[in-house]
Amino acid sequence: MANEAFEPKLVGFLCNWCSYTGADLAGTARMTYAPNIRIIRVMCSGRVDPQFVLKAFIEGADGVLISGCHPGDCHYQEGNYNALRRHRLLSKMLEQFGIERERFRLEWVSAAEGVKFQQICDEFTEQIKKLGPLNLNGGKDEHREA
Amino acid sequence: MNNDKKIKLTINDKPIEVDEGITILQAAKMLDIDIPTLCYHPLLEPYAACRICVVEKKTGENSDLVTSCNTKVQEGMVIYTDSENATKARRLNVELLMAQAPAAKPVQEIAKELGIEKTRFEIEDPEEKCILCGLCVRTCEQIVGAEAISFIERGKNRTVSTPFGEPSEACIGCAACAYFCPTEAITVEDLYGRKVIHDELNLGPSTAIRVPIRQAVPMVPVIDEEACIHFKTGECKLCEKVCEKEAINHEMEDEEIEVEVGSIILASGFIPFDATRIPAYGYGRFDNVITGLEFERLNNASGPTEGKILLANGEEPKAVGLVHCVGSRDKNYNEYCSRVCCMYSLKFAHLINEKTNAEIYDFYIDMRCFGKGYEEFYHRLLEEGTRFIRGRVSEVTDLALTEQEEGKLIINVEDTLLGIVRRIPVDMVILATGLEPGLDQNEIAKIFNISCSQDTFFLERHPKLAPVSTFSDGIFLAGTCQSPKDIPDTVAQAGAAASEALALADKGTFELEPITAEIDEELCSGCQLCIGLCPFTAITYNKEKGISEINDALCKGCGTCVSACPSGASQQKHFRDSQIFAEIEGIFIE
Repeated sequence: MANEAFEPKLVGFLCNWCSYTGADLAGTARMTYAPNIRIIRVMCSGRVDPQFVLKAFIEGADGVLISGCHPGDCHYQEGNYNALRRHRLLSKMLEQFGIERERFRLEWVSAAEGVKFQQICDEFTEQIKKLGPLNLNGGKDEHREA
Repeated sequence: MNNDKKIKLTINDKPIEVDEGITILQAAKMLDIDIPTLCYHPLLEPYAACRICVVEKKTGENSDLVTSCNTKVQEGMVIYTDSENATKARRLNVELLMAQAPAAKPVQEIAKELGIEKTRFEIEDPEEKCILCGLCVRTCEQIVGAEAISFIERGKNRTVSTPFGEPSEACIGCAACAYFCPTEAITVEDLYGRKVIHDELNLGPSTAIRVPIRQAVPMVPVIDEEACIHFKTGECKLCEKVCEKEAINHEMEDEEIEVEVGSIILASGFIPFDATRIPAYGYGRFDNVITGLEFERLNNASGPTEGKILLANGEEPKAVGLVHCVGSRDKNYNEYCSRVCCMYSLKFAHLINEKTNAEIYDFYIDMRCFGKGYEEFYHRLLEEGTRFIRGRVSEVTDLALTEQEEGKLIINVEDTLLGIVRRIPVDMVILATGLEPGLDQNEIAKIFNISCSQDTFFLERHPKLAPVSTFSDGIFLAGTCQSPKDIPDTVAQAGAAASEALALADKGTFELEPITAEIDEELCSGCQLCIGLCPFTAITYNKEKGISEINDALCKGCGTCVSACPSGASQQKHFRDSQIFAEIEGIFIE
């Protein structure tokens, strides 16, 4: 498969209050952004269990985005700080698994930042396109073929 | 003064019984006997400087001339205010004052009453107004407490002055001395010369104690601590002294009151765009470039010009320019439309047309007359002869290129309908300044845990389905803190917010978040990891059972504990691990 034709699969865990609303705003404002991201709504970025991220990579994601409220703006006061800590730790672990740091992003998107969400999606898709598909299991990815 | 002892005396043969300690002047006032005086003021200690209040006091055979303003009443006093001796002395004193201060109007008036045409004494300075009554000195000392002015020199050379005649540091610039001066001998000069069109147009305070706005609720005056003399010198308290109801208390301090409420409506409003941010429009440089709010003040019947539309020099404008979209619809300032400026500018055009004969030029980008009856109003204006010019004003300048432009303000504009650049000379420019979110908008948002949209107005929960709600339950929005809007829209939104709040209160019950976390007793190992993570202290440890338990009423359902639980005992309703795993699997099915 030539790289040009490669369309990465991205998973986004978006918090209900800021980022999901921000993504919604991008939608209602009819902004166009790369269609590669699949969004899973969680109530808070602090709800994102590291297992979800690993599961997403196993299932075939080429990149995972966690997006929550800006620091200090969390609807649940401090959930996004927990997400930040987990992101740091998990990034280290993913590197040991051979998953590049760039494939796992944490972003703050407020409910008003439809434009920022659009930019992040485009940029992230572009970045992963350059990186190429995630090559777990040395290219013999059962899930991908299934 | 307030003891019960009464004193009997007669004034001009009229008997009167008064309290002990008052003066003859005060007693005469009670009998409606008028004693002329210049240096007396009920709020100040009597000084007996002008000596016009002189009266004749008879004790048996003896006769004596006393100043009534500072002589206390005594038992059995016999006073004549208009006896031959008293009048003679008074006439002499007035003549002396006429020589001292020939330009003082009150002296001339008293002289006229007494039938004195001219003074027999030598006049030194025909322009002099000061009668050396010392009211100003006493005011500064006793009321203001600044002691910035006093008498200097003696005898013939006596004058009132600041130390060494220099501007005094002790002077707080309150102008109380000028206010108390009976002969207008003192004038206050603005040394810092800030140029302001019409005194009150800066919308600033006029007095230190005032009713903040005409529609104030409650309708009571407030004291401006920064302008109040008392807070500068610790003296004055004049208002306290004259208030019969004793309602004024200078010691009152701001207090924080805690009130428990079930819902909150945020209506923190807007701030007007600061027109000095667009230097090209000359606001602050040209006297006759004013903002919409300033025009409102000018046009107000209780305003500085009593509602007359006048230029800074007091003349009626011959041409007025209305500039729309000042600070709005402009990438350099605010991208959004402030919604109200078009209509208020049209209103101004109508009012100017009604009150003056001025040519009215209205510079707009797009005429946004969106409300009920608004478009009709615009058409009325078109018929009234307002000249509408479509185009954004680039500059307001006083640099005249032709003779006609001399002494005018020239508005530079591209007339987009004609496709040419025009220079239009006018006398007055009114800037339709837009609406901006409050400066502390983000802080307020943080306090109430709500969001701001990109323009920092508060974000509603949903633009169509929940336009007055926020992401925090029980917190509602009303008015311009949410977005620029006019009065009808604000009233409508405020009504909606109030009924939302009432609906909550009326129900009496509160719907709990259905998405809460729950702990499976079978799986919980009692590690208590979740307890430290919960920002709402909803989780407690049950020692007996050796497990953690969640209080449903406190849990807001963020799910932080769920993702931390090492044994999977904590689960979030509707967002269970298994549900999200299934979702992840689901999105990869092609």
